[in-house]
Amino acid sequence: MTASDVVLQGTASGVSYARKTHSWRWWMSRYVIPGLLYLLLIAGSIPFLAPLLFMISTSLKGRAEIFIVPIRWIPHHFVWANYYNAMFGYTPFYLYIWNTVKVVVGNMVGNVLSCALVAYGFARLRAPGKNALFVLVLSTMMLPGQVLLIPTYVLFGYMKLIDSLWSLILPSLLAGSAYFIFLLRQFFQSIHPELGDAAKVDGCSLLGIFWRIYMPMSKPALATVAIFSFFGSWNDFLWPLILIHKESNFTVALGLKLFQGNHTTEYGLQMAASVIALAPCMITFFLAQRYFVQGIVVSGVKG
Amino acid sequence: MTAVALPEARRRSQEARREAWTFYLCVAPWIIGFIVFTAGPMVASAWFSVTKWNFISSPQFNGLKNYGDVFKDPLFYKSLVNTAYYSFGTVPLELVFGLIVALIMNNNLKGIHLFRTIYYLPAVISGVAAVLLWRWIFDPHYGMLNQVLRLVGIRGPTWIYSPDWVIPAFIIMNLWGVGGYMILYLAGLQGVPTELYEAANIDGAGRLRRLWNITVPMISPVIFFNAVMGVINSFQVFTSGYIMTDGGPNNASLFYVLYLYRQAFRFFNAGYGSALAWVLFIIILALTALVFRGSSAFVYYEGSITK
Repeated sequence: MTASDVVLQGTASGVSYARKTHSWRWWMSRYVIPGLLYLLLIAGSIPFLAPLLFMISTSLKGRAEIFIVPIRWIPHHFVWANYYNAMFGYTPFYLYIWNTVKVVVGNMVGNVLSCALVAYGFARLRAPGKNALFVLVLSTMMLPGQVLLIPTYVLFGYMKLIDSLWSLILPSLLAGSAYFIFLLRQFFQSIHPELGDAAKVDGCSLLGIFWRIYMPMSKPALATVAIFSFFGSWNDFLWPLILIHKESNFTVALGLKLFQGNHTTEYGLQMAASVIALAPCMITFFLAQRYFVQGIVVSGVKG
Repeated sequence: MTAVALPEARRRSQEARREAWTFYLCVAPWIIGFIVFTAGPMVASAWFSVTKWNFISSPQFNGLKNYGDVFKDPLFYKSLVNTAYYSFGTVPLELVFGLIVALIMNNNLKGIHLFRTIYYLPAVISGVAAVLLWRWIFDPHYGMLNQVLRLVGIRGPTWIYSPDWVIPAFIIMNLWGVGGYMILYLAGLQGVPTELYEAANIDGAGRLRRLWNITVPMISPVIFFNAVMGVINSFQVFTSGYIMTDGGPNNASLFYVLYLYRQAFRFFNAGYGSALAWVLFIIILALTALVFRGSSAFVYYEGSITK
């Protein structure tokens, strides 16, 4: 037995002794610090959740209960009629939802297909000028869309598409988002090129490889693009504000603005409409959280 | 020259040509979209910006007058100051808060995923509905915020109805979505190699030292990315200003894009609006360049470490 063995044994017995009485360090790392962290996390959750609860609570109240101090979080009389009136009474909100669904579906399909095709080209095919073109794609990310507000309005005027939902769909059919192209290109590059080469030997064309191999293998990335596209077009306000004027063509974002009365605001109705407008986003978020985090990390797009 | 080599070489070059053509076919949608919806409009906007135009009559060239007018326009400066106040108030706060929250979330506690979801949730909520909600929260008498403040004995300001408090109100609303930054930081934090912390532990570095000397430098590219995108995004703020206050009170929340929108689509000054748009473009470009230059001082890229 060497001297170092003795030392080791000594420390070993020291540890087991400490375990019986539990040093303050052990208590700290086992209970005190996690306990404090939990307290902090719970306290921190309040400001994140309270506004949502306030919204839901208000949406179920009548006029009398909305203006009560202090806040009555659970109303004595649940006014479910707010939801019915928001949907069918005050405005034809159901119509705005239907319009928005058309825009959202158009954008989702357009973005997924066109951006994937473009991304496939950049990820896998060789051609002169490819890198310069890709730099151009990335540089459009830095371009603030507002700079193009006026000329785009004029352009759609020439195309006779003002007040048409097509004006909100068309740009996405032409791979309008550099973020999505970038995200999908990153994903496609992680697919082994040998898979495509093998298919080529079997007589598959280059576009066939895209459709039969890359697309089916990229479902998570495509789902991410679809979800972000959904969120973007569901919440978009500025472009519909400029391009859509007739109320029968309004999207949800424009329709919500109608709930802002001139003199008195019907907060109950307004919050009910807001809950309706936010529900699809929230549900999607809970169902597809995984794709969300993935997409954010790759592309840096905030929700 | 052999009989076999020539067809082989020809076959290869043919294949390369076909691949190139397929590439152009694939990116054609983007090229068309770029010309129609980006490059074309930019050229058109540059032309509009040197004309007097009301969208209807034909544009009349008037040189650099619009740009001269921009720099003489008190509302241009007002909207620029408002936007800068909002941007420089909101971005640093979000960067710091986001990092703090992410550091807490980076612990391996039971149920941490639930908390991550809760903190991230508001970042999902955007657009008009969220602004309407906050407009109600900021109601001076019945709104949630002042009611809560009253509970702790503070008489809250009138928020969006007060010229002094309207921008802080917007900053508070924006901070609600800090979870978006948190997620980005978390991804960065999970990429920091644990060996570094182990080495620091052996050297006897405390928690704060490890944070400052390892964590912050290692995730500095993420901080930098957040800063760039934060500045670019906050300078484009529009929806919240339009819905919440419509620029009021007394133009205290007249943001730049809101002013641009007013000039173009309420007063129909397409030429002047285009000049405003170009000035905004140059400002954002300059700010981005500034952040990029400043970044070399503190952003650490892992390239120098061999893995």
